[in-house]
Amino acid sequence: MFSWDLLANAVVAGVLLGGFYAAVSLGVSLTFGLLDVVNIAHPAFVILGSYAAYAMNSSFGLDPILTGVLLTPLFYVLGAAVYQMYYGSFERRGEESLRGLVFFFGVLFIIEVSLSLTYGVDYRLVEAPYIGKSINLGGVGIAVRLLVPFAVGLAMTLALHLFLSRTFYGRAIKAVAQDRLALRLMGANPVQIKTIAFGIGIAAASLSGALLVTIAPVVPSTDRDYIGRVFAITVLGGLGSIGGTLVAAIILGVAESLMATFFGPSWSLAVSFGILLLVLAVRPTGLFGR
Amino acid sequence: MRTGGGLLAGLAVIVGGILLASLGVNQYLYFAGYVVLQYVVVATAWNILGGYAGYVNFGTSAFFALGAYTAIFLIEAVQAPLPVLILAGGLVSGLLGLGIGYLTLRLKGVFFSIATLALSVVLQTLIMNWDYVGGAKGVTVIRPGGPLFGNWVTLLFTVMVGLAVAAVTVAWLIERSWVGRGLTALRDSEEAAECMGVPTLRLKLLATTISGFLLGVAGAPFPYYVTYVEPSSAFNLDYAVNALAMSMIGGTTTWIGPVIGAVLLGTAQQVATVTISSELNLLIVGVVLVAFVVLAPEGIMGLVRRARGR
Repeated sequence: MFSWDLLANAVVAGVLLGGFYAAVSLGVSLTFGLLDVVNIAHPAFVILGSYAAYAMNSSFGLDPILTGVLLTPLFYVLGAAVYQMYYGSFERRGEESLRGLVFFFGVLFIIEVSLSLTYGVDYRLVEAPYIGKSINLGGVGIAVRLLVPFAVGLAMTLALHLFLSRTFYGRAIKAVAQDRLALRLMGANPVQIKTIAFGIGIAAASLSGALLVTIAPVVPSTDRDYIGRVFAITVLGGLGSIGGTLVAAIILGVAESLMATFFGPSWSLAVSFGILLLVLAVRPTGLFGR
Repeated sequence: MRTGGGLLAGLAVIVGGILLASLGVNQYLYFAGYVVLQYVVVATAWNILGGYAGYVNFGTSAFFALGAYTAIFLIEAVQAPLPVLILAGGLVSGLLGLGIGYLTLRLKGVFFSIATLALSVVLQTLIMNWDYVGGAKGVTVIRPGGPLFGNWVTLLFTVMVGLAVAAVTVAWLIERSWVGRGLTALRDSEEAAECMGVPTLRLKLLATTISGFLLGVAGAPFPYYVTYVEPSSAFNLDYAVNALAMSMIGGTTTWIGPVIGAVLLGTAQQVATVTISSELNLLIVGVVLVAFVVLAPEGIMGLVRRARGR
């Protein structure tokens, strides 16, 4: 029953999926990994991005990924606003941990239910010229609908890495993660820096949502599948490590793809959550922990 | 004296429930009342761990569903009677609770919450791939004929009245005993509590086990109530959100908080489901939850306390 062809196909598909998973997880890596804001609603913002891409695609025929890129400023503002509310209600009073978590859980729920009220619970999909095509490389088929999100995911990872290591604001975000007081003493405003970082995180979520809807149809409750994935990847990658996020995402993508190929797709979701449980129980600092 | 009064009040509620059940009012009221009472049990159980000990469990649905699926298994296998189902459902979920209790050794705060959510999905995947209990397509449960009295809806309603009283009594006892004080201490600072000689691990294990047990108990009659169970309905995220929202709205530090929250929010949802739509009522839950954590973090009981203080 075992075939090398099947294995090669599964691994390639898994790596491509991993690039996309990295895109979905980058925002959490930034907000949870570096800022310690437990944005459990992140996957809901991803799905919001998916529906935005779907809406633009179905009414104006715009390319979903292009829409995703064009909408990032809007989601940046949304993210900044959410963070301001979070800061004002919890962080400033120093009660962020548990109540903040409940807050984001509520936000996740509100986004999800609002989407199903607006669009119903039918699967929504987008149309683009590259969807449905595939490239054949010596027996290994590469679906273009996976290849494009993979490339965009890699580009996003690289861009975020460069932003964090080369620019003033990027370094300031890393500084906030290390020592908030020291940053304040240097004359920078940690709240402003965190607002920027959170906005970027949500913008990344919306763009990855556009990638998601390119790969597969979505329903409002798709976000639940991604809660485990993004946190598994972020924790496995070592909180806040951008390179680690990419590596962890590819590990998870390959693991899921192998599981789906050899045991059936209904088991693949258990992989991410199983890995998450295992990592949390055995090595909570992840592979590349700080 | 107080314990005696509480016991009497509990008995009165149970007797009242049986009387209410034998009255010939609209069947739908029992049907809706069951759901509200079920939420009293769920929210109270959640609060023992989340409110008293400060460990936020996002996997409420997993415990509830485990109770329900234990019942389904026993119905399929040996046609076990209802009391056995409830006890077994509680025990299995209690064991799972003990398991996550050991998890608290390594995982604190948000990591614990994320782990419980992960646990919920892993369990759901296992159940979805287990064909004996229906797998992904669900299972139809046939109620055995001739219930003890009345009909099945009123019987289940009465059972839930008893379970709600039992759950609240357990919460009340915990709160009044050294267990409750110990849990409060470890909620505020686990290190400090440990230093003062509070047996934190034993208390946490106790809290997770009791909480899990009660959630399983709440889920065990579920198959007979709905007669058709599928993984997505038993593992519904709504249970997790509701348990959290109800406790938060009522106030998490006392036993009465989750009861108030469950009765208010549960009733509001039942009314909204009939009069508006079930999607919209979930939206209301989400909005109310966010509004409360932002504006009144201590819940209704906190507001009452503040009003009294002035």
